[in-house]
Amino acid sequence: MSRGGRILLAHGDGGRLTHELVRELFLPAFANPALAALSDAAILDGLPDGRVALTTDAFVVDPPVFPGGDLGYLSVCGTVNDLAVAGAVPRALTFALVLEEGLELGLLEAVVAGAARAAREAGVVIVAGDTKVVPRGKGDRAYVTTAGLGVVPAGRDLGDQHVAPGDAVLVSGAVGDHGATVMACRHGLAGEALRSDCAPLASLVGALLGSGARVHALHDPTRGGVATTCNEVAGRAGVRIMLDEAAIPVRPEVRAVCELLGLDPLYTACEGRVLAWVERSDAERALGALAAHPLGAGAACIGRVEAGVPHGAPVVLRTAYGTERPLDLLAASGLPRIC
Amino acid sequence: MSAESALAAPATVRGLLRRVERLAGRLPRRVTLMEVCGTHTHAIAAAGLRRLLPANVRLIAGPGCPVCVTPVDYVDRAEALARRPATVVATFGDLLRVPSTSGSLERARAEGVCVRVVYSPRDALRLARDDPDRTVVFLAVGFETTSPTVAAALAEAEADGVPNFLVLSGHKAMPPPLRLLAGDREAGIDGFLLPGHVAVVTGSDAFSFLAEEFHLPAAVVGFTPTDVLRGVAALVDMLGRGEPEVVNLYSRVVRPDGNAVARALVQRFFAAAACTWRGLGAISASGLALRPELARRDAAALEVELPTPCEPEGCRCGDVLRGRIDPPECPLFGSACTPAAAVGACMVSSEGSCAAFYRHERLAGVRP
Repeated sequence: MSRGGRILLAHGDGGRLTHELVRELFLPAFANPALAALSDAAILDGLPDGRVALTTDAFVVDPPVFPGGDLGYLSVCGTVNDLAVAGAVPRALTFALVLEEGLELGLLEAVVAGAARAAREAGVVIVAGDTKVVPRGKGDRAYVTTAGLGVVPAGRDLGDQHVAPGDAVLVSGAVGDHGATVMACRHGLAGEALRSDCAPLASLVGALLGSGARVHALHDPTRGGVATTCNEVAGRAGVRIMLDEAAIPVRPEVRAVCELLGLDPLYTACEGRVLAWVERSDAERALGALAAHPLGAGAACIGRVEAGVPHGAPVVLRTAYGTERPLDLLAASGLPRIC
Repeated sequence: MSAESALAAPATVRGLLRRVERLAGRLPRRVTLMEVCGTHTHAIAAAGLRRLLPANVRLIAGPGCPVCVTPVDYVDRAEALARRPATVVATFGDLLRVPSTSGSLERARAEGVCVRVVYSPRDALRLARDDPDRTVVFLAVGFETTSPTVAAALAEAEADGVPNFLVLSGHKAMPPPLRLLAGDREAGIDGFLLPGHVAVVTGSDAFSFLAEEFHLPAAVVGFTPTDVLRGVAALVDMLGRGEPEVVNLYSRVVRPDGNAVARALVQRFFAAAACTWRGLGAISASGLALRPELARRDAAALEVELPTPCEPEGCRCGDVLRGRIDPPECPLFGSACTPAAAVGACMVSSEGSCAAFYRHERLAGVRP
């Protein structure tokens, strides 16, 4: 593979260049026996007993490399995190790329290295993949799709149906870091302090669930941020979620970028945070377990669950000034304001 | 906001509220105060300040949201321009979803016309530089805060010889509608919170006429809850004493004479012109038109076919913008008109009174 080269349509046609890509880039980066067999389907041996969790995700991010991560790292983290918050121990992933003709090979290498690093950190293997190349102008550099497989240990049962009035709502760290960082990059506002929170959460979730605290549901507040995730949970559980603005950790630099761009940190994506709904009397224990983990150092209790109010707002924010306001689903994507 | 000031602000807010309550006790009757800046609308709603004020102090939002006061025929023209061949329309995001007679720029974009969202006029200028074969039309909407940035982009386009950068001017000046509202007995406005960002350019003296000619108090204020409440306290105090003045409480950035350099730059490219405001109608010398010598950069001069402009039926944005009704008094509010499916412009931008009311001020529990 030529250094400094570019992706050609022939990299996706299954011929010599495709094989070169697999042999020289994917196999060394993702090194594992299931992938090395290069069979049509990976055969997974030695899965532990339990219910199988299966998820899929697609990733598009501009810019593809950002402070704190890249498209590949994000893809693996996103997939692992979806498994982890479902209570599953992530085991294996697939990783498929749609590349635009002309993409710099260096960027592809960075994306693959990012994916490999995330897989190592999360303790999962990337066991299958595919590469397609679309003509220049028909795609935006690189898209990734993944599938993720995990196993839910016996006796573990997380779900929004278990969320009940009285539950505490915890978050594992400051919110909005990922979304604010990516938006700041797009608009030339990135500073040294801004960094995506992108991280694989399986070990943090393991620590939380291992603490013995009665955890009812977990979510990773990605697209739409904390406010959107809370709306989804409240809707499914038929409850009202009260959030306390002063308790929600937001980094000052994230707040500043959001203010400049007319965004709201509560609606801005996190890629390395977990929201936990926990039995009230176990909140302290859960918080302690999160805070003791390197990825949960900024954990906080940000709200509580109340009984649902017919026709009432499902999520209500108590402001720092003591007033209350509804936090709705966003009507559409956040848009820059005039002034 | 630093962690420290985030903690300090609620205490300061409580102190200011006590002050407003004390001063309001001296008022002979209920008073109505109007803020005329979209950022104020948003900030007041997000903090829920309206509900913290004493019952005899009513705070309403005026025509301070640039998108809301942009008449439908401007959006129609923008959409028609976007449909021209080899044309790119560049716009601030808020305008994208404003209903036009036939749809919106957002819908037109989905149909394949080229509409690009930018954060600044210079981004639009860059689009023009990068694509010399296409005409880039920047939708120049906004008040005194925005027009200097457009003038700066025009200066750059002139200096660097970028012929394909055009603007469709919908710029508006803030003092003329305030004069109209100050004289509108029906609106019954007793005082104004003046737009801090606009005043950075115009200077606080540009609003002296409110006290001198209309005997109304006014305060130039910033955008934090404490800024706004300081303004409310000052207005209530002046009303209680019966001594109206125009005071500058945002002196950390606003000077009495404003920013003369910015105004000169605007003057170089634009001249005052009559302008139509949604809800307020035509107001003389309240808009900015490109000077005749810049006609080649004036997108309004391009031939396009326009529909007969049609304001949405039943929409009371106009009355909301004049302060005659609060958004929930509009029959469409929250039912036919929501942020997801806006009928009127005031429901579109997060600065719009209706959107701010909808997002932040529906009493928790009252509506779904």
